[in-house]
Formats: sequence, structure tokens, C-alpha cells
Amino acid sequence: MHKKFNRIVRYFTNLLIDMMNKKVIWVPVVLIPVWVFIYHNLQNFTDWFIDRILQLEKGKHITEALRFFVFEFPKVLLLLTLIIFVVGIIRTFFTPERTRKALEGKRTFTGNVMAATLGIITPFCSCSAIPLFLGFIESGVPLGVTFSFLISAPMINEVAIILLYGLFGWKVAAIYIGTGLVIAIFSGWLIGLLKREKWVEPWVYQAHFGNKEVVEEKLNFAKRINLGIEAVKEIVGKVWLFVGLGIVVGAGVHGYVPQEFMASLMGKSVWYSVPLSVLIGIPLYSNAAGIVPIVSVLIEKGVSLGTALAFMMSVIGLSLPEMIILRKVLTMPLIVTFIGIVGTGILIVGYLFNYIF
Amino acid sequence: MEIKVLGTGCSKCKALEKLTRDAVAELGIQAEIEKVEDIYKIMSFGVMSTPALVINQKIVVSGRVPSVSEIKDLVTKNQ
Repeated sequence: MHKKFNRIVRYFTNLLIDMMNKKVIWVPVVLIPVWVFIYHNLQNFTDWFIDRILQLEKGKHITEALRFFVFEFPKVLLLLTLIIFVVGIIRTFFTPERTRKALEGKRTFTGNVMAATLGIITPFCSCSAIPLFLGFIESGVPLGVTFSFLISAPMINEVAIILLYGLFGWKVAAIYIGTGLVIAIFSGWLIGLLKREKWVEPWVYQAHFGNKEVVEEKLNFAKRINLGIEAVKEIVGKVWLFVGLGIVVGAGVHGYVPQEFMASLMGKSVWYSVPLSVLIGIPLYSNAAGIVPIVSVLIEKGVSLGTALAFMMSVIGLSLPEMIILRKVLTMPLIVTFIGIVGTGILIVGYLFNYIF
Repeated sequence: MEIKVLGTGCSKCKALEKLTRDAVAELGIQAEIEKVEDIYKIMSFGVMSTPALVINQKIVVSGRVPSVSEIKDLVTKNQ
């Protein structure tokens, strides 16, 4: 019985390895049903593991904390893997070069809406913020439209969305995307209206780099799938530890820190909680993977939704390291204006959601 | 042949430089590898996402770090 089982497992493992070597297209076809099966049985498995195998006492603090972790951690990892894979493939169609082409010469509002939306899906890493900024400006994308892109790209990303969905449900995720987009669109639009091109470092507009012919890589479908797999390896490989730590903290404080303490500090009734959390968030720098589990702990401990969202947006949208990078191309007054406008947007969102919920 | 790694000094750019050197060493060919960190020079290639790999003045990869075997392929193809 045991030998037979081993042989079957080995057969399928070999088959899988073979497929990966030959035709990468089969990987998702085989793995997606496995994914669906695990995802749907996770709660049952968790209960079986906690109650039957470990035989822990139900309802006890440590039991429920463990149950929380055994269920949440694989769930979030499964969601991350699938969505990053899909987004990784979609992104191969949206290169920065194509986004720039789409935004060239677009004026005011339409351009801002497009830039903020494309910011979600175009691959972006804060280390290439400068080449991207220069490339956009040089080919005639208006300053305000460029800003809409630069605000939305880091703030609204797939990792943030999946984690919010996984830990809070789709409503909070949708609220985050919606308000993030509104902030990116209006902040960029306002910066455009102010006509502060003179606050960009002078060399930016004098420079003419020429050579705009970018040879694009030719990609077939197998290669796109490969890039999706690469994205999963890279991003999940980088964030799983943060996600795990965040969920451990979340499971641990489950019931330990008194709710009243945090609620009295950053609850709904405290008027200064929103500006305070935005101010604390600016010097803090973290990616979405690190901040969302912390936000979930804050909310559980009585911090209101608006305050927690404002904190999260401030940490990932207004980061000091990115400002330092942007200082190479922007003068101080423009950076201060940028922080001021985006910060005000986040404040409004924070107060709005504290008021509604 | 002339190989350039374009990047402003982020961790991915360093990774690409290292992998490129490995790939060239494995192929055992003569190639001049240069790391370009100056933003002006990077922009003159028309690249917007770093890191990027340029072989004989032609951009072959931008915005990602390919594997050693892929770099070897690219180097052989663009010799």
C-alpha cells in the first residue's frame, strides 16, 4: 500500500518535472486544479489538524491563535502565488514604453485618469522611478500626468490588494483601490493645474536624450508564462517572511493587548488620529507585504478603518527613500507640494471612512 | 564584443551585472563588460526600466533579471 502510494507520487512528480522542461504551458493547467482543491479544503484541513492531530482544547487562546496562523498563512500565500502569476503574465503586455506611448500628449484630466489606472498594472520598481520620470517628461507626458502615475504605481499594487482581500475581504480591498485611484488622479491633476514645471530641476527639460527607438523583446506565450513564474518566485520569495511574521504577530496579540488602549489612542473619536497616523507613516518605509498584517492588528485592536487605511497609504505612498530618489529630478518646493497634496488626499480619505464606518 | 549593464545601483542591477559576468566566464569568450550608472548615459539608450542589458549597442533585456542560461543565449545570438 505504502510502496504503491510512493510510486504514484514519484510518477506524478516526474511527469510534472518533465512538463516543466518541455512545455511550460502545462504548468498552470496542472497546478490550478491543485490550487483550487487546497484552497477550498483549507479550513477543513486546519480544523482536522488542530482538533484531531494536535488534539488541542477548543476555544483556548493558544489553540485559536494557532488555528488562525495555520489557516491564514497558507491562504495568503496561495492567493499571492496565483494572483502574482496572473498579474505577472498580464504585465508582460504593459511595458513602461507602451504606457508612455499611451500617455504622450494627453492633456489634463483624461491623462491623469489613464496614468493612475495604468500605474496599477505597469511594472514599477522605485529604483527605476528616475529613468521612468525622465522618459515620460522627455516624450511630452505632462508633469501632472506623470505624477498621477508615480503616485498610483507604488501605492496600488497587487500585493497590497491581495493581502487586503485575504485579511479583510473584498470590500476593504475595493475601497483601497478606489480611494487610491482618486488620490492619484486628483493629486496629479492639481499639480498639473499649478503649472510648477519650473520646480523640476532645470536640466530635466534641457536634456535631449534622443534615441527613442526602443527595441522590444519579442515574447511568445510560453515566455510570458515563464515570466509569470519568475514573478512568483521573485515576489513570493521576497515577501513570504514578512507575511508570516505579520500573521504571527496578528495571531499572538489576538486577545493580549487590551482593545481600549489602542482605541483611546487611535480610535474613531480621537480627532487627531488621522493626521497623526499620516505623519508617523511618512518616515516609516515598508512594502505592502509588511504593512498589511500590521494594519490588520491595528484594526483588531480598535483602531478605526479610516485611520488604519490612512496609515497604510502614508507608509507605502509617501516614503522618505522615494522622496530622496526623486530629489535628483525635483526641487524641494515641488517635493513639499507633492507631499502636501497627496498627504491632504490621504487625510480626506481617512476622515471620510472614519465618518462612514 | 561590448556588453553594458545599465542600472542606477539598485540590488537588481548588481545582480544582473554579476550574472552577466558569470555567463561570459562560462562561455569563455572575450567581452568587455561595463556597468553604466550615470542616469544621462542610461537615458541615452532610451531605457526606462532598469536594469537593462545592452550587447553591442543593442538593448536585449530591460526591466528584469534574466537567468545565466538566458544571458548566455542572448550573448551568443548577438555576437
